[in-house]
Amino acid sequence: MIIDDLNEIAEKERDSHKKTVIRCCMAAGCMSSNSEGVKAGLEKAVKDAGLSDRVEVRGVGCMRLCCEGPLVGVDPAGVLYEDVKPEDAPSLVASTEGTETAVKRGDPGHAFFKKQQSIVLANSGQIDPERIESYIEADGYRALHAVLREMAPKDVVDAVIKSGLRGRGGAGYPSGLKWATVAKTPAAQKYVVCNADEGDPGAFMDRSVLESDPHSVLEGMAIAGYAVGANQGFIYVRAEYPLAIKRLQIAIKQARQIGLLGSGIFESPFHFTVDLRIGAGAYVCGEETALMASIEGKRGTPRPRPPFPAESGLWSCPTLINNVETLANIAPIIRNGAEWFAAIGTAKSKGTKVFALAGKIANTGLIEVPMGTTLRQIVEEMGGGAPGGAKIKAVQTGGPSGGCIPAQELDSPVDYESLTRLGSIMGSGGMIVMDESTRMPEVARYFMEFCMDESCGKCIPCRAGTVQMHRLLDKIVRREATPGDLAKLEDLCDMVAKTSLCGLGQNAPNPVVSTLRFFRNEYVELLRPEINGGPAAPAGPARSNKEEAP
Amino acid sequence: MAAKTLFIDGTQVSAEENATILEAAIDAGIKIPTLCHLGGVYDVGACRLCLVEVTGVKKLLSACTTRIAEGMEVRTTSELLSKYRRMTLELLFAERNHVCSVCVSNGHCELQALAWQHGMDHVRYDYSFPKWGVDATHPLFGLDHNRCILCTRCVRVCWHIEGAGTKNVAGRGAKSTIIDDLHQPWGESETCTSCGKCVVACPTGALFDKGSTVGEMSRDASILEYIVNAREKKQWIV
Repeated sequence: MIIDDLNEIAEKERDSHKKTVIRCCMAAGCMSSNSEGVKAGLEKAVKDAGLSDRVEVRGVGCMRLCCEGPLVGVDPAGVLYEDVKPEDAPSLVASTEGTETAVKRGDPGHAFFKKQQSIVLANSGQIDPERIESYIEADGYRALHAVLREMAPKDVVDAVIKSGLRGRGGAGYPSGLKWATVAKTPAAQKYVVCNADEGDPGAFMDRSVLESDPHSVLEGMAIAGYAVGANQGFIYVRAEYPLAIKRLQIAIKQARQIGLLGSGIFESPFHFTVDLRIGAGAYVCGEETALMASIEGKRGTPRPRPPFPAESGLWSCPTLINNVETLANIAPIIRNGAEWFAAIGTAKSKGTKVFALAGKIANTGLIEVPMGTTLRQIVEEMGGGAPGGAKIKAVQTGGPSGGCIPAQELDSPVDYESLTRLGSIMGSGGMIVMDESTRMPEVARYFMEFCMDESCGKCIPCRAGTVQMHRLLDKIVRREATPGDLAKLEDLCDMVAKTSLCGLGQNAPNPVVSTLRFFRNEYVELLRPEINGGPAAPAGPARSNKEEAP
Repeated sequence: MAAKTLFIDGTQVSAEENATILEAAIDAGIKIPTLCHLGGVYDVGACRLCLVEVTGVKKLLSACTTRIAEGMEVRTTSELLSKYRRMTLELLFAERNHVCSVCVSNGHCELQALAWQHGMDHVRYDYSFPKWGVDATHPLFGLDHNRCILCTRCVRVCWHIEGAGTKNVAGRGAKSTIIDDLHQPWGESETCTSCGKCVVACPTGALFDKGSTVGEMSRDASILEYIVNAREKKQWIV
């Protein structure tokens, strides 16, 4: 494989396109509402109408407005159809010839689409994720070529440093610094790991990237491998993502077949292979040390850091571990230059961030916005506010490790520092909108139940502390708690956060702490007086039927 | 091997350069409370009792897994640390069924001793009273899950000193449990060599010699360290 071969593939792919392209979303969201049937219907309708020479049907990745799926886009007309059913296919296909169709049309000019800026999702909804040719046509693997043929590993690391890219997994550690550390650690064997163990409730960013554009992650990993001196990559993806796994397997196979993975890539001495490792459903395996233990075939439990993976990771070798979205940013940074990337976003948070909008919001789906966009723009303009005109009460970011940001703070920009200041975290990008009907103590109890279930059981504060915190929250929700119980809960929040071994335990109290900070009255209202004989409190909601232990 | 000097509770001490804070403290005769640490096997930093404060580091560090550095200033006691340690112990007592008065290890129990040292006169949290069972299928030893604190000392000695690999942890969170082989009765284990190292390693009354009654189960876990030192460092006399 040399650059001419790459050009030839792109050329051939371009020439094969028909005048009209009907894009049908084939990501998990739309597939769950039968987009496979829609695609088959469209293909049949094209054939039946005798339009095969003019119209092609392409299965693509996520088209973002998941709540209106299945989505179908028609190019070059730029029309978007929503809620398409297989029986709509003949009229939809006929409309490409100028006739009218009754199929529900979406508005591609809506703020939901207009305010987005795509880097990571640029190919999502455009290319066919199951064909490498489609990715190559969209300038795929050109960054890898540039890196291998024109740049020294140090230049690549410098470019990532200069771009200002920070880890998209949640903590926001500067990616370039991490790359430089691994690159500078001398070792005969190093590894690159892609963390695709996305497990926050309501988060589906990484899944969509893997389903829609798997090659962008592979290319990012290969570039990372060259930059830090690794020849082996692992993608740790959870078993709950069968479609992402299937598309990754196809992508790895195709890349290997045409020589973009394996030995002597682009006729350079660089050798790089990627293997998949499937997680067994433990949330804690998203924590990097637990993830690596799991890859090694051990029980997925975290270990104390230092040593950090960059120094001693997989099988004690220096290991670069990055999140899916971080790696998907790499090829665009190389292609367009670090300065281009650094010009997007805010002073300390560069580039864009993908968010999964969920909860009480009109437009549920995937968005990619520049860092610094305000929560209000995201939730009200793009998301269309809460359905039925209900008032938004809070936005939860960062999953079980994050916090609830109250409506009065909606004008805060979305960047790492602002969210931390509000007691939440950027997290991997789940954004759950809550309206006035949401009761905060119940939200806190839900997330605590999640952490209690997902605690690995290794360290005592997390294993036993989450159980006690959940019990206290349950007591509060049931209106059986006293002010003393609330004090006990706050004490435990502090202790578990300070003494737990890994991020799961250290951040488990966050949903409680952040809701207490902004919605303390909701907790206090549920308390019963300390002294026996006070007025009987009205019965609260049912007891959490969660089983703690045998 | 070079040595490094550091300050522990204001006292200047020296230790081997690869030593952990805990090793340096033990060497200097400074006591740091521990439960999952066991001389001779690797540390896991799980019980969080040995957390210490280090000047210039915002987080609390587990003494058993943190390597020393030249000039490091370590504080092993403070009001905050005592508070957290006591809470940790209370959480442990509330988690399973620790009833000292009927326990084989009463009076020889590390958990009991720590609770006493930390002035834990009562537990502020609701007891869980879980229904864990007792595995008495092994001819020589018994395992009472009600008294287990999941320190994994038994697992580590089984794998790294005896090399049998019988004991392991299954499940997660509060449902974690010590298992034998593929979660079968201990007596039916094909890998157990009946060496009894796990029983010696146990800090509570969870693992015991059959036939011992209340307060009779005493053990000397330091013999495990002798075995390791003899094997790895060729130190036959301690």
